[in-house]
Amino acid sequence: MEKMSQTLPDFNQTIPIDKVGIEERVAKLNKRSIKKASKVQALKLALSMVDLTTLEGMDTEGKVIQLCQKAKQPHVSHPDIPKVAAVCVYPTMVKVAKEELKGSGIKVASVATAFPSGMTTLEDKLEETQRAVDYGADEVDMVISRGEFLKGNYSYVFDEIAEIKEACGNAHLKVILETGELQTYENIRKASDIAMYAGADFIKTSTGKIQPAATQPVTLVMLEAIRDFYYETDRMVGMKPAGGIRKAKQAIQYLVLVKETLGADWITPKYFRFGASSLANDLLMQIIKQETGVYQSADYFSND
Amino acid sequence: MSEKKQDIEEAPFKPSSPTSKLDFRSLWEYDDAPQSADHVEIKDKYGLFIGGKFVEPSKGRYFKTINPSNEEVLSEIAEATQQDVDDAVKAANKAYKKSWSSLSGKERGKYIFRIARLIQERAREFAIIESMDGGKPIRESRDVDIPLAAAHFFYYAGWADKLEYAFPNRTVEALGVAGQIIPWNFPLLMLAWKIAPALACGNTVVLKPAETTSLTALKFAELCQDAGLPEGVVNIVTGAGQTGSQIVNHPDIDKIAFTGSTEVGKIIMKSLAGTDKKYTLELGGKGPNIIFEDAPIDQAVEGIINAIFFNQGHVCCAGSRLLVQEGIADKIIQKLRDRMETLIVGDPLDKNTDIGAINSKQQYEKINEYLEIGVEEGADIFQSSTSIPDKGFYCKPTIFTNVGQSNRVVQEEIFGPVLTIQTFRTPEEGIEKANNTPYGLAGGVWTDKGSKIFKVGSKIRNGVVWANTYNQFDPTSPFGGYKESGMGREGGMHGLQPYVKLS
Repeated sequence: MEKMSQTLPDFNQTIPIDKVGIEERVAKLNKRSIKKASKVQALKLALSMVDLTTLEGMDTEGKVIQLCQKAKQPHVSHPDIPKVAAVCVYPTMVKVAKEELKGSGIKVASVATAFPSGMTTLEDKLEETQRAVDYGADEVDMVISRGEFLKGNYSYVFDEIAEIKEACGNAHLKVILETGELQTYENIRKASDIAMYAGADFIKTSTGKIQPAATQPVTLVMLEAIRDFYYETDRMVGMKPAGGIRKAKQAIQYLVLVKETLGADWITPKYFRFGASSLANDLLMQIIKQETGVYQSADYFSND
Repeated sequence: MSEKKQDIEEAPFKPSSPTSKLDFRSLWEYDDAPQSADHVEIKDKYGLFIGGKFVEPSKGRYFKTINPSNEEVLSEIAEATQQDVDDAVKAANKAYKKSWSSLSGKERGKYIFRIARLIQERAREFAIIESMDGGKPIRESRDVDIPLAAAHFFYYAGWADKLEYAFPNRTVEALGVAGQIIPWNFPLLMLAWKIAPALACGNTVVLKPAETTSLTALKFAELCQDAGLPEGVVNIVTGAGQTGSQIVNHPDIDKIAFTGSTEVGKIIMKSLAGTDKKYTLELGGKGPNIIFEDAPIDQAVEGIINAIFFNQGHVCCAGSRLLVQEGIADKIIQKLRDRMETLIVGDPLDKNTDIGAINSKQQYEKINEYLEIGVEEGADIFQSSTSIPDKGFYCKPTIFTNVGQSNRVVQEEIFGPVLTIQTFRTPEEGIEKANNTPYGLAGGVWTDKGSKIFKVGSKIRNGVVWANTYNQFDPTSPFGGYKESGMGREGGMHGLQPYVKLS
């Protein structure tokens, strides 16, 4: 919060974003050809950036324990393969995950603030955040109030994020914009700015419950917001696209976006994460393909 | 502006560029991703393509064509002299009278469609040769040059049997033999721009590619043989300026189409004065790219990059003069510098290359001369920190700030990856600066405000004005210049007119 001494931009001003231009830029970046050692490196980097996620109504302790096992050891016959960055669960599962991951260095992320809709009072949200942190969450993934945002009540959105950031204490705050509901690139840019100025450590595209979830053009808009914010304030904010990223090829394309927009300093789990569940297995499959020259059947990869 | 520039330089910096807070170099670098050229066949020697056959040049002289990315010789190309040009024109005339002019539009269209499809089928081969011979990145030859060349043939093939609808209530006749001279920056694409409408309208052609980039034209000649195109309808004579002037001055040629420098364009116009030859000229440019403060900034930066660094800046319609509204100038320059750091300069055949090799030693020297001129004129120069290969002709992406209308680097066409940046305060000043040039080929306007696009766009005396984008091409869209940027239009329905006689 000490960075808040900066003057705030006027959030009623809209930063224009050209839809055709941003999509063309992504298409051009997708033409980067990542081969050989740079591919292997990218696959391993991507795996180390995964927030392995389970956010279902049917989640149980058993499911979360198995997911944590997978997080610690993604592939049994390749102990040298990197661990994932975090396990992302509902608040009620935080204690279980925390216990399972003890000593592994893997973070426990908890969604909070009436995820995924965010349709509750600020008091409830603060209480839920507090509880998640008390249970041991290292990171909190909150959702913004999209209704208030779309009404133009930007100060409400800002204040809410700022208060939840305070409730987080030492836990890192990821702010989910739910870009599928904000719909325009200009809204997404504005919500990114609000979240960063209000104290977000990470900005995140989606809950995964609304379509479209993460897309590359949306991610590029957010990365550019992070870059401008960094130039303005000297503070590095992280980025987490979440939902819909299932293939290793997509993950590499995202890394290219980060590399050519923000540079090498962001190519680390500290500043870039993938919110995904099935991506990890595709990354593993591709890593093993690069090592052995052949694809293995999906049966050789654990399904947790 | 120069005062504020200091601020940028004093900002904390990271290794890749002394002015950037971001580090684009370390940690994760892309490996080489070379396009394999194994299956591409380039002969040791190419003759002239006259009357449907490859023939020896009458004086037996050949010149070498090199790969500008490594200075290795690719092949030897025949030099056409007066006798050869005469033969080519004779063959074209014979074909015009004997076969081509008596074919129905539908039949002509069939041949042109066939050419278009064959280009698509061999697109990869053409793209590789284009990059080897001309130095352009494979990404561009693969995704822009060759697909657009095919698209031009498809488009004009469609017109071949519909000319009466293009010119309602008029009788449409072909002209006869068209002499066509094309430049080295988009070799096959310029060939397509010239040959497709000429054939569609029922003319036959004698075409001369630029001496540094003859290979794809000669490959195209082979393709004409494969398409079964009647002998002599397309003739390709290779050589330098001398050969070109023999085409221009040939009495049996009915139309001249030239794309190249304004200097040569003026010589051609003088030669043609007093003759009844029709002509179109596509000449140089010094395109203004105008960025207003209400523009989508990051997309505008991308547009600036695309406008000046596409094809190493060897583009007649390049946005080589950046005009930025003062309030956002520092921001734009800082973002531009960051973006330039991510441009990959190197082997044209690497799929990740953004800026390839400068087309020839001559052009390389010309660009370097302008870099010196700019510095001597007192401009501030910035080049990205990228490494460039030891061999071959390469130029780092460059911007000049602290320049004015009176500087040579602002007035003259450099035809390289060199951008000048000036500021303006009001739309009127921006328009005035944009038009204060003998050129008038193309330009760009960037603003989020629709009405401003039309207001400013209509006052810029350029053949093409792009709004919130740059370097977009389509066969249906006419292209051509005002003032010293040329005469006539190519592309679209307008592109038919120079190849027909109407009565």
